[in-house]
Amino acid sequence: MIKVEGLTKRYARTVAVDNISFEVEKGQIVGFLGPNGAGKTTTMRVLTCFLPPSQGKATVAGFDVLENPMEVKKRIGYLPETPPLYPEMEVVEYLHFVGKLKGIVSGEIRSRVDDVMRRCAVADVQNKLISKLSKGYRQRVGLAQAIIHNPDVLILDEPTSGLDPKQIIETRELIRSLAGDHTIILSTHILSEVEHSCERVIIIAEGKLVAIDSVSNLTNRLRGSEAVAVELEAADGRPNPSEVQQRLEQVSGVSRVVMKDSRNGRLAFEVESLQGKHIRSDLARTVVNSGWNLNELRSVGLSLEDIFLQLTAAEQKDTAGAEK
Amino acid sequence: MRSILLICQKELKSYFASPIAYLLMAFFGLIFGFGMFTATRDFVRFSFQMQAQGQSMPMNVNEQIIRPLLGFGSTISLFLIPMITMRLFAEEKRSGTIELLLTSPVTDTQIILGKWLGAMLLYLCVLLMSVLNVGLLFAWGKPDIRPVLVAYLGLLLQGGCLLAIGEFISTTTRNQIIAGGVTFFVCLMLWLLNWFTSFDNSTMATIVNYLSIVTHFDNFAKGVIETKDVIFYLSMIFFALFITSRAMESLRWRS
Repeated sequence: MIKVEGLTKRYARTVAVDNISFEVEKGQIVGFLGPNGAGKTTTMRVLTCFLPPSQGKATVAGFDVLENPMEVKKRIGYLPETPPLYPEMEVVEYLHFVGKLKGIVSGEIRSRVDDVMRRCAVADVQNKLISKLSKGYRQRVGLAQAIIHNPDVLILDEPTSGLDPKQIIETRELIRSLAGDHTIILSTHILSEVEHSCERVIIIAEGKLVAIDSVSNLTNRLRGSEAVAVELEAADGRPNPSEVQQRLEQVSGVSRVVMKDSRNGRLAFEVESLQGKHIRSDLARTVVNSGWNLNELRSVGLSLEDIFLQLTAAEQKDTAGAEK
Repeated sequence: MRSILLICQKELKSYFASPIAYLLMAFFGLIFGFGMFTATRDFVRFSFQMQAQGQSMPMNVNEQIIRPLLGFGSTISLFLIPMITMRLFAEEKRSGTIELLLTSPVTDTQIILGKWLGAMLLYLCVLLMSVLNVGLLFAWGKPDIRPVLVAYLGLLLQGGCLLAIGEFISTTTRNQIIAGGVTFFVCLMLWLLNWFTSFDNSTMATIVNYLSIVTHFDNFAKGVIETKDVIFYLSMIFFALFITSRAMESLRWRS
């Protein structure tokens, strides 16, 4: 559905996107992951025909963004980082305007607007001025605007930024419900976002493609070992730290136990597993069987920064090896 | 065509959703009304004097009231036009809505024409405020209607030119104040140039005068449609809108 070959975008002095190639199949949800300034927005802007590429080719549904921008634009719904809203319009008026702008025929526009307002849960504010809406509603009106013409491809630039947790969950659900008939690219710098919504991940950093893989492969690759934080207290209130540590070390699959804190009879540890082992249930059983109270047990995910460090470090090693 | 009208309609709505449209109409109506009052007062005084002295100088409402009055209107519009055009693109660029327009299946030309048409219609609404005053002259006098219509045509053409230039300036910045300020400066220069060169007969002055948008209004004010003036205005509008589309194109490549 989307095909990018050797895409490069240069600004006056900087290279924003450097020779990126990838493909997205029809109906997939792809996460575009990278730190701020990695070139996510630039790539999306090229795909939406907002910016022309300096080099390389990008096609959407078989149409080139440079040669056939009209056909590409008809098939794309785009939510930029700041939703493109006219504050002086009412929600319903705005959606009518966008619908007509996207070329929906007059007879269908009414039902399309009603449909997207229902799907994005903005029907209750339809007669409000957009300038009076909260951030969450604005984001959802932005999303409604992107899907109004039922586009084949949806491009969403950080669709959940600035939303509260409940809205984030709702937005993710909405995005997932759109998959299937739509091919979706969404960008984010939050890893869990990708894990929740996407099937495939494209990671870019400093304009370069770092990794492109399915979410499960990538997380397995990156999180070979699992880290778990454990907090416990002994029933008599006086646990013996070294004894506890020893017990935890004996659990199968544990590679390392580090004591983090001991206060008021509570002990906090960070436990790391061996490659590919799941240790949480065994840990819990050991603690409970030893007669201690388990206060907390949670997996400490690797942060996006760690993953970038790992990936970019691997990349550098590869290129260094190739040069030798 | 549908897209042009759609964008035009959107522009008009946002003009009238904010105080700007009403303010411009009120300003123009007020200043024009003041001009009307002075012109009529002088006219009436002069005709009384003529009668008292027993002379019968031919008095003509068209020549002595309407022509200077609409010339005055053309000058006022020089000051109002920057306020119409400054937001056209600067606002969309600042708020990010330009991304919506440029990623929708409409061409740059359709966007530019739609916005220009919207600005034209607002300008027409502003001009309509003066019809109230001119209408009074028709109610109590018998001026010739044709030169009046020609003068209005001239006002529209001159406005169309300045609006197109203002639209171009608005594409170059995301700051409305700068867009408005530069357009105002350009309008002011046109006015001053016309004023300076009107006492000068050198070749340079003739050329500058010919290029001045304001000069070409003179014939319309007299009630004369000259082909060269019409062609001048139409080609200026075309040229300004053309460089606007070039500016948008270069914006994409540079931004």
